Amino acid sequence: MEYEPVIGLEVHVQLETRTKVFCGCLTDFGAEPNTQVCPVCLGFPGSLPVLNKTALEYSIKVGLALNCAIQGFTKFDRKHYYYPDLPKNIQISQYDLPIAKDGYLDIGVNGQTKRIGIRRAHLEEDAGKLIHRGNASLVDYNRTGQPLLEIVSEPDISAPEEAYEYLTDLKSVVEYLDVSDCDMEKGSLRCDANISVRPRGTKELGTKSEIKNLNSFKAVRDALQYEINRHLELKAAGEQIVQETRLWDEKETKTLSMRSKEEAKDYRYFPEPDLPPFTIDKSRIGEIRKTIPELPKEKMRRFMKDYGLTLYDARLLVISKNTSLYAEERLKAFPSKDKKPVANWLIGPMAQEANSRNKELADIPVSPAALNEIIGLVESGQISNLAAKTVLTEMIDSGKNAGTIVREKNLVQISDESALATEMEAVIKENPKVVGDFKAGKENSIMFLVGQVMKRTKGKANPKIVRDMLKRRLTDA
Amino acid sequence: MALSKETVRYVADLSRIELRPEELEELSRQLEAILEFIDQLDKADIAGVEPTSHVAGLANVMRDDVPVSSLPVEKTLANAPHKEGGYFVVPKVIE
Repeated sequence: MEYEPVIGLEVHVQLETRTKVFCGCLTDFGAEPNTQVCPVCLGFPGSLPVLNKTALEYSIKVGLALNCAIQGFTKFDRKHYYYPDLPKNIQISQYDLPIAKDGYLDIGVNGQTKRIGIRRAHLEEDAGKLIHRGNASLVDYNRTGQPLLEIVSEPDISAPEEAYEYLTDLKSVVEYLDVSDCDMEKGSLRCDANISVRPRGTKELGTKSEIKNLNSFKAVRDALQYEINRHLELKAAGEQIVQETRLWDEKETKTLSMRSKEEAKDYRYFPEPDLPPFTIDKSRIGEIRKTIPELPKEKMRRFMKDYGLTLYDARLLVISKNTSLYAEERLKAFPSKDKKPVANWLIGPMAQEANSRNKELADIPVSPAALNEIIGLVESGQISNLAAKTVLTEMIDSGKNAGTIVREKNLVQISDESALATEMEAVIKENPKVVGDFKAGKENSIMFLVGQVMKRTKGKANPKIVRDMLKRRLTDA
Repeated sequence: MALSKETVRYVADLSRIELRPEELEELSRQLEAILEFIDQLDKADIAGVEPTSHVAGLANVMRDDVPVSSLPVEKTLANAPHKEGGYFVVPKVIE
């Protein structure tokens, strides 16, 4: 029988408010342990939580950006569980009336658009952090009470790759809204995955497992693939799948069963008596809607229309807000109507520089004018593409302008045939086999010879000229 | 409403409380009395009554996103039986 995976994702986004969701403690990352806590977030008797207005507004903003309906009436509930990261033994969350529900996110799957439903987005308080050491656990409650928006998808995702796309696009949208830094390493974005399999074409859901401890989008993809295989193997062997929570072990690349067997009913939700309910009126929603900027999908379409970019290029350039602003500044400043060279530079050499420096593209200090200068030097044939990359690296390191770097490093491209003849002859002599291949009809082997001449001239030879020279020389002889 | 000892034990387990046999007896009896008292609510006519989510009749009580001082760490940890370097220390718990 052929099976299909059914996947739903729960994403927790830490909202970037200055203070916690129900008290005035700071939310600064990396503070000394237990220095950002107070009677409210520690749950001391007699203390009263009061909702942070900004946290509610951010939640509404995300809900709107995800095409959700915003509830006119919303409230908070207590979720009970006993674990040292939760000083109150209850978590203030939302049960039956989440702030936002019934939305969707369109993602790209193999060039097609697929709509993934968003079941709900609700606001809750974060738990503390545990550091396990020997026989003890150290507890830091600084994170306790930070606002967390849980975004729950419908089980509309049918492949690990789709889950990866969904997360990438969701992160992108939330980041554009300036409500979270979405940094997985800092834990500002976390993901749990629900997965089951069912015979292809049927409607009924199979028994699911929930995977936790997913620290990157790649981990989500790998863990889902592992779980799908595990489910299929159990099915093939005629064994039962048990509903359970499993932990992803990144090192061993497998999931492990967790002992805890708490079920939804064990959380014993009831309305939070310390917080009155909230009404959200239409005019307030309208005001918040106005603060939503151009979102990645719209921006992508505009980049394609305004700058003639391909879908592929546009998609890469709108991936984060900073990247898109950086890219657009440079696309705009490029004097020619054909913007392809700028896109190529941004996605190619400049992205590589950013990567190798562990930085974001937007942190690469190359001004629009400086980029135009480099592209201009290449297009006029004054420097080779290879030399241009050297110029770029040097420009980032020293801050010098392209003209100076070309002069100082003697990078001017050699297009003069007589100046290249000696190197070419040497390469032909050194590589009789490749020369033979070419003569025997393997046309591509000429590129190896071009590369050798480039190497001997430290990248200064004009590869187009070298290629023409070689072709003439080897065809004539 | 009859309350089985299994249920009481289960709830105690969820709350990470260990009960001695005599405590289980006593608490089962007490809880049963409490539940019986609450069962009176079943007799109330609630047709057409919206579920109550809060009893004070308040709504939309919020604060601005403005910091106030947190507790000094010595005070936070003052009652902790075990502490170290600003952390609370608890027996190792891994689910």
